[in-house]
Amino acid sequence: MVSLSINGMLVKVPQGTTILDAAKKLNFRIPTLCQHDDLCVAGNCRVCVVEQLGGRSLLAACATPVSSGMQILTNSLKVRAARKHVIELLLSEHNADCTKCYKNGNCELQDLSNEFSVGDHLLLDLTETKEYTIDRFSPSIIKDDSKCIRCQRCVRTCEQLQGVNALTVAYKGEHQKISTFEELSMAEVICTNCGQCINRCPTGALVERTYLDEVWDAILDPEKHVVVQTAPAVRVGLGEELGFEPGERVTGKMVAALKRLGFDSVLDTDFSADLTIMEEGTELLTRLKRALVDKDPSVALPMTTSCSPGWIKFIEHTFPEYLPNVSTCKSPQQMFGALAKTYFAQVRKLDPKNIVSVSIMPCTAKKYEANRPEMRSSGYKDVDYVLTTRELAKMIKQAGVEFRKLKEDKYDSIMGKSTGAGVIFGATGGVMEAALRTAYEIITGREVPFEGLNITPVRGMEGVRLASIKIEECKEEWSFLNGVELKCAVAHGLVNARELMNRVKSGDLIVHFIEVMACPGGCLGGGGQPIPTNEKIRKKRTEAIYAEDMSMELRKSHENPEVIGIYKEFLGEPLSHKSHELLHTHYTERVRY
Amino acid sequence: METIIENELVRELANKHGRTRESLIPILQDLVVQYRFLSKKDMVDVARELDISAADVFGTATFYTFLDTEVRGKYIIRICKTISCAMKGKNEILSTIEDILKIKLGETSSDRKFSLLEANCIGWCHKAPAMLINDTPYTELTPEKVTEILREYIKIQ
Repeated sequence: MVSLSINGMLVKVPQGTTILDAAKKLNFRIPTLCQHDDLCVAGNCRVCVVEQLGGRSLLAACATPVSSGMQILTNSLKVRAARKHVIELLLSEHNADCTKCYKNGNCELQDLSNEFSVGDHLLLDLTETKEYTIDRFSPSIIKDDSKCIRCQRCVRTCEQLQGVNALTVAYKGEHQKISTFEELSMAEVICTNCGQCINRCPTGALVERTYLDEVWDAILDPEKHVVVQTAPAVRVGLGEELGFEPGERVTGKMVAALKRLGFDSVLDTDFSADLTIMEEGTELLTRLKRALVDKDPSVALPMTTSCSPGWIKFIEHTFPEYLPNVSTCKSPQQMFGALAKTYFAQVRKLDPKNIVSVSIMPCTAKKYEANRPEMRSSGYKDVDYVLTTRELAKMIKQAGVEFRKLKEDKYDSIMGKSTGAGVIFGATGGVMEAALRTAYEIITGREVPFEGLNITPVRGMEGVRLASIKIEECKEEWSFLNGVELKCAVAHGLVNARELMNRVKSGDLIVHFIEVMACPGGCLGGGGQPIPTNEKIRKKRTEAIYAEDMSMELRKSHENPEVIGIYKEFLGEPLSHKSHELLHTHYTERVRY
Repeated sequence: METIIENELVRELANKHGRTRESLIPILQDLVVQYRFLSKKDMVDVARELDISAADVFGTATFYTFLDTEVRGKYIIRICKTISCAMKGKNEILSTIEDILKIKLGETSSDRKFSLLEANCIGWCHKAPAMLINDTPYTELTPEKVTEILREYIKIQ
């Protein structure tokens, strides 16, 4: 332990603690911009400088470990002057047209400018002399260099959390900028649209492309029947934007709010998550049968999940040779979209051309996914608009709905009923767990041998997790699986996905089934979730997801009555011709470098 | 699968310098020696060879002045723009070169023989003004002297 004093107060902290964290222990908040709990230290913004008594120059609190006997001042005249100067310098090159900025009210630079009242003696405004560009080509992400303060959180995110490296620091000195390869548009490079950079950008330099106006137009058009679906992870994140603590489940309030916003049918992606399990589980068993019984060498195993559009774009770029291994199942969002304009339209006697299909997602890559040319199997664009959790919160605020006071409401039917298995899609390991709950029971006729159906080995925050489940006493038609140890691997965060795939590629790891979620923690840590998101918050949301699962009456996808119903009335059976037409897709190889 | 046209030079340089991240700069330097600049294709090929992202290569290349990412002429003239050379008449030298080659600062001649650039201090302050043509320094320049030097280069076919 090291003892030091901060603002005259003594504190003892373990060796290696930064001044920033030591100050936190004494309830002194030191302002930061480039620092983020999920990322390595950068120390480039200098806004966290503190004074060390007797020291020659100011220290960056985020990058300096404490030493014994240090006397630190976090709010001396010298410190205040330096911080204010740092902020002024940043603002001199920053498009500070805050009232017109998408991040107005949720900007760390704006907050600091406010805190330090920089208003009246700004340095020269250099923005006019800069040739800033705005990249609006991606359907997911807008990159506006005029708002960038070059803190490099996005570059570190793309490298350290995602292992994608679509962004880099290019040029130097006054010309330095955050850039893609050759300053191409984000839409033209290896970006997976995961939006983790957006979630960490302290200003408005990286934001989601919003479709709020289009959705309002549709809602206010009396001709249109606007259907909305909500992803599992939204219900455990939305509250944070609307005055609740992280980890608060707001499912019922969210449904009530959506009805008040004017959506004609408020439905649930969890329904199509359950449906995904039926299709994907059957696909896995079919592949295993072809490999083990038919000895078909063309069967691609391990099979990987396909729910995460960030993962799909990543594997299309990075491991195209493994595209046959990816489940052909569309993601729950797209299954829902295809059914909204076919099955739902049929049952509700609606003309699909008058249906506008909106989804609320914790994700920015979903915006890209909805715009893929192959996602039109209903004959229309299956999902018209994708909004993030953040955008939904904004809609609720715009409409003046007092969220906290709302009474809980229930999803409409059909396509609104779900099970706990659908809910856990929102957490890393969830799809695996949901699939095992169903597949094991199909094969053996018994529930998975885990207490309370909770398959804990696939849960958790470890980057790559391995689990296996021994299959015994199978039903007759599955007897070929008797004694087989089904091996599974789970990865979240693309840097871990890359590691996992490299191990599979090298032959070092042999598994049957792989779940990958592009974002850390799974969808609950998605790029479209509330800002900030960090490890602590992800853990809270994870607890909420599993609590939601436990609260559900049904917890296995194949028991969802609406899923049973849709197979009886419309689809036939999993992997039927109709399923293939509407619920399955194909992938495209893309350049790796 | 994506068709990849082999880039033999890049492969050769990776064999020579290695395929770790530290090999990136030596490979890029050798490519510049060969082609005077780094083409988009070469940067992608280096990324593939080292299995790093193309953005990473681009970021490194654009950081260093001598790792050009724009087409340059066979002879790159870099005039020192720092204080000692500036005080000893660097501007006069610059306009003399612009007049002779009919290109402005930052430009490359249409026959891709010359590029005219500025450089930060090249370490010849005691013999200012100075310039580099590729790797060769020329010092204590006067308009007459620079005219003479350029005439020799123009003669080379």
